[in-house]
Amino acid sequence: MPLRHIARAVLRGPVSEKLAAPAPATVGELAARLDAASQARLGRSLAIRHVDAGSCNGCELELHALQNIVYDLERFGLRFVASPRHADVLLVTGPVTRNLVEALRATVAAAPDPKWVVAVGDCGVDGGVFKGSYAVAGGVSAAVPVDLVIAGCPPTPAQVLLGLRALLEANAG
Amino acid sequence: MSEIETILRGAEPVPCAPWSRYVLNPASWQALAAAAAPPMALWADTTQVHALYADEARNLILIASCAVQNGRYPALSPLRPGARWFERMIADLWGHAAEGGVDARPWLDHGRWPNTLPMAARPGPPPLPPEPPEFLPVPGAEEGGDLHQVPVGPIHAGIIEPGHFRFSCLGEAVMRMEARLGYTHKGTLGLMRGKSPRAAARFAARLSGDATVAHSIAFARAAEAACGIEAPPRAAALRAVMAEVERVAVHLGDIGAIINDAAFSLGLARFGWHREMVLRATAAAFGHRLMMDVVVPGGVVTDIAPGGAEALREALRAAADEMPALARFQDDVASLADRLIGTGIVPPGMAEAFAAGGTVGRAAGRDADARRWPGYPPYDTLSFAVPVRTEGDTDARVRVRFAELEQSMAMIQALLARLPEGPLSIALPTASGEGIGVAETFRGDAWHWLRLDHGAIAASFVRDPSWAHWPLLEAAVQDIVVADFPLCNRSFNAAYSGVDL
Repeated sequence: MPLRHIARAVLRGPVSEKLAAPAPATVGELAARLDAASQARLGRSLAIRHVDAGSCNGCELELHALQNIVYDLERFGLRFVASPRHADVLLVTGPVTRNLVEALRATVAAAPDPKWVVAVGDCGVDGGVFKGSYAVAGGVSAAVPVDLVIAGCPPTPAQVLLGLRALLEANAG
Repeated sequence: MSEIETILRGAEPVPCAPWSRYVLNPASWQALAAAAAPPMALWADTTQVHALYADEARNLILIASCAVQNGRYPALSPLRPGARWFERMIADLWGHAAEGGVDARPWLDHGRWPNTLPMAARPGPPPLPPEPPEFLPVPGAEEGGDLHQVPVGPIHAGIIEPGHFRFSCLGEAVMRMEARLGYTHKGTLGLMRGKSPRAAARFAARLSGDATVAHSIAFARAAEAACGIEAPPRAAALRAVMAEVERVAVHLGDIGAIINDAAFSLGLARFGWHREMVLRATAAAFGHRLMMDVVVPGGVVTDIAPGGAEALREALRAAADEMPALARFQDDVASLADRLIGTGIVPPGMAEAFAAGGTVGRAAGRDADARRWPGYPPYDTLSFAVPVRTEGDTDARVRVRFAELEQSMAMIQALLARLPEGPLSIALPTASGEGIGVAETFRGDAWHWLRLDHGAIAASFVRDPSWAHWPLLEAAVQDIVVADFPLCNRSFNAAYSGVDL
């Protein structure tokens, strides 16, 4: 008996019909929409690696403040990480000293793409008061391409946060 | 004193207000280094080398100079270990060689500048292609030895200044750590040259951004001394308010960060809160959270804003109210005591041998504070205690900071209660001469020397207190485990930019 059932099932085949594959154009369009939606919903997190390229340590004080309970940058999906290999953003302070050009370039190169370089502070913009010194290459853009500049000497934590949140929105958009 | 007087007799004193500079022959130059306390700093100009001696116990401050002959001068490093780093710096910037010195390796010059000897009368040739730095030999660290090396930096895994640390370890234990700095060298002394003190004050304010007020004060006092003027009493009082607010803000941030490195994050949250409130009050009072560029030669640029004193008082009162509860953690939390006590001990006698000031020196038994030097208004009218401990460990450094917080907060309240009336600044005359100024930064005593030529800076030097702290850190981390290094390093909080110049 069981053998007869099996033979019948094999000979008749399944009752569900075969359908044609979806048009590649439709698949592509849907994939793009899904991608955009997930980027907008999930792309609200950036890992930041700070790099001091020759700063006076003034900017660093205000970057530290971003982590205190008043600014609490983690609530925006922003956090400092310990390695450039974990970073989306390289937050670079200081006029780039000639003694640090190579280390800065190596650090930026170690971060995976896509990545953003943010120059923080007047020195990072163009060398600031140290512009023209024999020991200074210039602003951050003298060593690596820069995507965003946050000026100030030093910029307040609120100013840095505004710049980073703009980057977050751009990333999510 | 008499031995020093004998050495100085016959030497030619050069006016250097408010103290004197003596030009000595090579034998006296070395004899003085042996007889006096360890020098605070060594530096140079194009023709002479200079050594600063400041011995609080004997109330003696003077600068000794020695002519550079055929590019050489007698080294002081065989007599005084702290001279080693200064001699390397002098060789890199001016090209004067320390004859008989203990260390001829470069320090600030990493082979990256367009020209060598940037401060020499004639800049040197372009550098040779940079080579890997040479570290001091450590027995067992050679190829095939028992020790392994851990290279860290110059880019560090936190929001910290850049520098390289080379650890030679036996398992987890650090046998030796050597710091290689100079990465943040910005050519500050070169930038100051040729500028008026008023224009150069912007560089003094950015030697070390965390001590911007105190460095600005020391620089301004050096410029004022060279010009033979004094800042008005209201300016002196406001400077002291700002310097003590800076000390309070840094100690609040640092104590929180140190105990956070010992895995006590509650402390970081509370200290971070109070630091932020103090900085906001500071912005309300002086227009800038860190008070950058407010102190200038001749006085201060802005008065305390209406309501500023009240804002500061309130922020400080709130911090002072919570301080006893926060300080108790250090006694009551066993895990904190376990990490802090006995960790990173500065060996006895080292603070004296390197003339180390500030919390590092005072936690290791050296009773020194620049605010007690004569002619440092308004501290001569204030009463304050200088906390000193002898343990020399991380626990002692934290306790000294707590004690200093209390002293500074009381001083600010006293100063705000009786701010003198009068002008904020006086104009700096176009003068020629030399001056020296000192201020107590949160790290210790910062010394500025400058020489004016018709109102323009012809030569200058800055001795940040960290020159003495880096060698002490190297000694203190011997035999600790690598994992305790961040804790020790944070408790020192030595400046990188401040010594890299």
